[in-house]
Amino acid sequence: MFVLVEMVDTVRIPPWQFERKLNDSIAEELNKKLANKVVYNVGLCICLFDITKLEDAYVFPGDGASHTKVHFRCVVFHPFLDEILIGKIKGCSPEGVHVSLGFFDDILIPPESLQQPAKFDEAEQVWVWEYETEEGAHDLYMDTGEEIRFRVVDESFVDTSPTGPSSADATTSSEELPKKEAPYTLGSISEPGLGLLSWWTSN
Amino acid sequence: MEVHLSPGWIQTPGRSDPPVSARSSWDDRKDANSALLSNYEVFQLLTDLKEQRKESGKNKHSSGQQNLNTITYETLKYISKTPCRHQSPEIVREFLTALKSHKLTKAEKLQLLNHRPVTAVEIQLMVEESEERLTEEQIEALLHTVTSILPAEPEAEQKKNTNSNVAMDEEDPA
Repeated sequence: MFVLVEMVDTVRIPPWQFERKLNDSIAEELNKKLANKVVYNVGLCICLFDITKLEDAYVFPGDGASHTKVHFRCVVFHPFLDEILIGKIKGCSPEGVHVSLGFFDDILIPPESLQQPAKFDEAEQVWVWEYETEEGAHDLYMDTGEEIRFRVVDESFVDTSPTGPSSADATTSSEELPKKEAPYTLGSISEPGLGLLSWWTSN
Repeated sequence: MEVHLSPGWIQTPGRSDPPVSARSSWDDRKDANSALLSNYEVFQLLTDLKEQRKESGKNKHSSGQQNLNTITYETLKYISKTPCRHQSPEIVREFLTALKSHKLTKAEKLQLLNHRPVTAVEIQLMVEESEERLTEEQIEALLHTVTSILPAEPEAEQKKNTNSNVAMDEEDPA
């Protein structure tokens, strides 16, 4: 679920923090910059793990702050492909089941990856697994707040760096509207053992 | 670490290390996957970080630290609900030694460590192609190894000393 990622970055320490130990200032700055942020193609950064190398700090003309190039390792949330995770159902929509891990919310299980056959109950806005047995079909509801075990099948990182002003005849349509897309993970529960924990423990 | 004052030095565009704001993203990640961390290690790290910040006290609530507070709180909350909370370095070492004979990949061992499966169905999920690689007795043996070495959620609250690596007496869930 979590990986260590080695990164290099230049940290700016303003002059009024020069009395503090450099290591502490740098650790604080890096945490401020990275914690709870998603780095493109890397994952959700949790916190700084350690600093492996500090290069010389420079002061540039015109700016009184020192700039230090830092090599460090960061704890990143980045589930690998086919990993099994347990999360809570945040809600259901026609797009699928939304699952949350508390610290990471953008997990979607699309309808085709649900245990088949599944249907969406419009009245209650919830996905239902129609489980067939000899007695007849049981309807197993995927209610909000239930714990669910799923497998990671895909991940998508969205580049949210600001683009220039869109011209009137711009051809790309996806970034026109200020539609905030978060990087998300796609899951699947279409295997025995996956799905709500309660489905598999009562057997 | 000494700070170099450079009065006579001119910053040229060709200088090799422009500040990161001039670049678009953290492209300088040297190794995007240098190590896999188990949930227990992250739990330990965050708990220690929380202790440290509690001791130093003053600037916990500045706006810059809010993100760190949020993510550590949420992640700790998540991990505390998993069986990783009760592990210790000795238990992890013992578990990995016991697993050597089963010939599992690193990712599979990590998943077993993080999730502590108790049924054969869960093992089949985490171990790829388990029907071909493991016989029924091997799956049973694996389950037994997992449940006997890794501690489960005990009924009574176990006091865990988070400030030092004290080996915990693991309770065998009879």
